[in-house]
Amino acid sequence: MGNALFSIAAGIALIALVTAAYRFFRGPGAVDRVIAYDVLTIISISLIAVISYLARRVIYLDVAIVYGLLSFLGVIIVAKYLERGL
Amino acid sequence: MKNWVVSMILLFGLWLLLSADLAVPILIAGFIVVFLIVLLFSVRNPVFRDIKLGPKALAYIIIYPVVFLKALVMANFDVARRVLSPSLPIRPAIVEVRTILHSPIGRLMLANSITLTPGTLTVEIQGDSLFIHWIDASATDINGATESIVRGFEKYLEVIYG
Amino acid sequence: MQIAHIIGGIVSIVGSLFLLLGALGIVRMPDAYNRIQAGTKATTLGTLLFLAGIGIAEPGWLPKLAVLILFILFTNPVSSHVLARAAHHIGIALTSRTVADKLREHEEAARD
Repeated sequence: MGNALFSIAAGIALIALVTAAYRFFRGPGAVDRVIAYDVLTIISISLIAVISYLARRVIYLDVAIVYGLLSFLGVIIVAKYLERGL
Repeated sequence: MKNWVVSMILLFGLWLLLSADLAVPILIAGFIVVFLIVLLFSVRNPVFRDIKLGPKALAYIIIYPVVFLKALVMANFDVARRVLSPSLPIRPAIVEVRTILHSPIGRLMLANSITLTPGTLTVEIQGDSLFIHWIDASATDINGATESIVRGFEKYLEVIYG
Repeated sequence: MQIAHIIGGIVSIVGSLFLLLGALGIVRMPDAYNRIQAGTKATTLGTLLFLAGIGIAEPGWLPKLAVLILFILFTNPVSSHVLARAAHHIGIALTSRTVADKLREHEEAARD
């Protein structure tokens, strides 16, 4: 029962991922793509967490933490690049 | 001194959450790591120098997350309504507001709180002025905008950070 | 024991609906700033609820989930602020429905 509910949640998050990916590919500007990338990352963190629940492995949560850290730095660096050309 | 103690307590709390283990060697290792980090970074960045630790401030530190979470949930439903309605009822504007907070960490918390409650987004900070993108601007003058965006948070942050 | 998994699952589904809302927001909103507004923040509450749901189902994981939640709460506003600042700095236009832009007025006044 728990697995079924979390699978539904994962499915809805996947739909959200595809919806955000539309903005990522569509653009029109670099800033819009970075925004979409930011949203994609956050949805991915949730997906990694739900995968770790479904697989019953707490160690996968560390993947989510590191992934969030790296993508945060990525967004900051791209924004800095857009603002001043690094 | 206060900066050191607060930094070390926060970092040690993070260590406890990450390791989720209370064995003595892990606690000792955590203490050493935390001490080294504070030694390296806290000297040049006294972020918690201005924090107040009186009884009232401590009470507000506990109350503030509750106030903040309430604002977060309320505002989320507001934005949900806007996104879902077909006519997209938005009235965006970038407005200027003023803050009475002086400490950098207090301003950081204020800007972050404003950004996290949907509908308002801090675009720029210059001196005492914060420039905020507001999805449904009901007032575009400084005083009206300050009253409706900043006051709710500032009341608490003023006591905590001064 | 089972009931905790069911409650957690429902909380997670509510969270995932907020994630979907955020994704829908960045598709529907007319300009970059409004996309940041709708996108980055509905997803914050969404992720919060999603992770909280997993925490209800598996209480032993709460410390790590708390780290993730705190991390998202502190980094998400910073990245949206930096993006909005960069967008305004390089002159991304606001939508035609915008009623005021005090920052541009301020910058123009400083330049004169």
